[in-house]
Amino acid sequence: MKQKNILKLLAGMAGLGIALGAATVHASPEQDQQDLIKYFTTKYPNVKLEDYVYGALAFDPDSKAQYDAIMEFPPFDSQIEEGRKMWETPFKNGKTYADCMPNGGKQIAGNYPMFDEAKGKVVTLENVVNDCRVANGEAPFKLSDPKTIGVLSAYMRTLSDGMIMNIKVQSPKAMAAYEDGKKTFYSRKGQRNFACASCHMQNAGNRLRSELVSPVVGQAVHWPGFFIGGDTLVTLQNQYSFCFTMVLRAVPPAEDSTTMNNLEYFHSAMSNGLPMKASVFRR
Amino acid sequence: MNALRRNVLKGTAGAGTVAIAVAAGLLKPTQAMAAWNKAAFEAKNVGDAMKGLGVAGPADSKEIAIKAPDIAENGSVVPVEVTSSIAGTTSIAILAEKNGVPLVGTYNLSGGAEGYISTRIKMGQTSLVRAVVNAGGKSYTAAKEVKVTIGGCGG
Amino acid sequence: MAEPMRIRATMAGDVADVKVLMNHPMETGLRKDAKTGQLVPAHFIQDVTATINGAAVLNADFGTGISKNPYLGFKVKGPKKGDKVVVNWVDNKGDKNSAEATIG
Repeated sequence: MKQKNILKLLAGMAGLGIALGAATVHASPEQDQQDLIKYFTTKYPNVKLEDYVYGALAFDPDSKAQYDAIMEFPPFDSQIEEGRKMWETPFKNGKTYADCMPNGGKQIAGNYPMFDEAKGKVVTLENVVNDCRVANGEAPFKLSDPKTIGVLSAYMRTLSDGMIMNIKVQSPKAMAAYEDGKKTFYSRKGQRNFACASCHMQNAGNRLRSELVSPVVGQAVHWPGFFIGGDTLVTLQNQYSFCFTMVLRAVPPAEDSTTMNNLEYFHSAMSNGLPMKASVFRR
Repeated sequence: MNALRRNVLKGTAGAGTVAIAVAAGLLKPTQAMAAWNKAAFEAKNVGDAMKGLGVAGPADSKEIAIKAPDIAENGSVVPVEVTSSIAGTTSIAILAEKNGVPLVGTYNLSGGAEGYISTRIKMGQTSLVRAVVNAGGKSYTAAKEVKVTIGGCGG
Repeated sequence: MAEPMRIRATMAGDVADVKVLMNHPMETGLRKDAKTGQLVPAHFIQDVTATINGAAVLNADFGTGISKNPYLGFKVKGPKKGDKVVVNWVDNKGDKNSAEATIG
């Protein structure tokens, strides 16, 4: 039932994308996503779109079986538990995170990153956490730190498990932020003169060295991930930094910078219509 | 008393003596940990590990199924499931043959426990994962190769 | 010291499916600390016992080849819903942990 809905939603978007695509100079996010989906599903007709939430695992049953075995009782359970304690521990003023978030923080992660018209910029879920802390007289977290915001967001995102990703790009300013993120994704950079798209579009489903590469569609729904045997927490922007440094051999923009947040905005919109998977094991 | 039973099952005379000493109250419980099969668990090759387990020339068996990946996503957590359909299975041992210390774990089953163990193991390199099953006083074995690669971008 | 281990036990037909996740570093003694360059001493669970309503069902010995935060799954024929599963472990330093769960 759930899968049918997703497919219907995506099919609906396809129609919408085609209608809008003809009328706009910039392709709409819907059109961009449909083009990518068409590219991947033509190349891999046997991989179901709803399985893209598993990233590279969708292309390799052997890897997926290991993921399933680990997820039966994930070794990082205690870190999620730690995040739950952080979430439930009141601030000094007695208020909690749930008090300053829409819907008490439940079923909201799929709306982020969100373009905040008042602030004129992209706001990530992690920004919402820090805004909440500051509003309640607490020091903000360093947003690249897996041990604080990482653990907390790992728990928070479990509160949105299964929520359909729903990134909205509705104003010219929002569109500009989206376009900036898209540019970061497609432009070549670094010593190897690769773009993010070189791997996650053109080589998705292929092995680069020993690594099976995941497609951009479906990537943004499954963060944070627990890597290195399921023990080391990596946030989505931690992973961007890793890709910049280790794969592109380029200097990464600072995490939580406008460039990174716009990239996450574009990147997340490419997973619209797919369900959130939090939190998960990665090799 | 568990230690005693375990060592009787293993049939290792030396450790058995220790167990009897424990049972007789001659050793403290912490010392009872000596009942852990040191010889088998510190053996650096499969032959010595088998010797430590008291296993000689186990017969290949198709009734032992090993579920493990063809290629390990990460050598530090390789999911392994062993199912023995051999009637009267009393113990299962799991070895990763090319590990510096090949013996990974031994499992003695009793009180209705089925011939099934699921675990996650470390593997340093591509190797056979071997299961050794004791049933009715005899030893049986099966193995499956697991390839281990180095990498890890994930996503 | 140790965080509690977790046990899930459910009946599937007449077989109890028991899954245990232990919290333990499972140090092999061969790993070097990234900062000091010194070998981290071996620290690993050696002995695990499981009982159902007091009767032994599993007695396992671990080596250093078991992954960090060890996972153990086993199946037992015969128990009923509401029966009590108890799992104990002891590591090479003599540290112990115990947990129990009711079969659901």
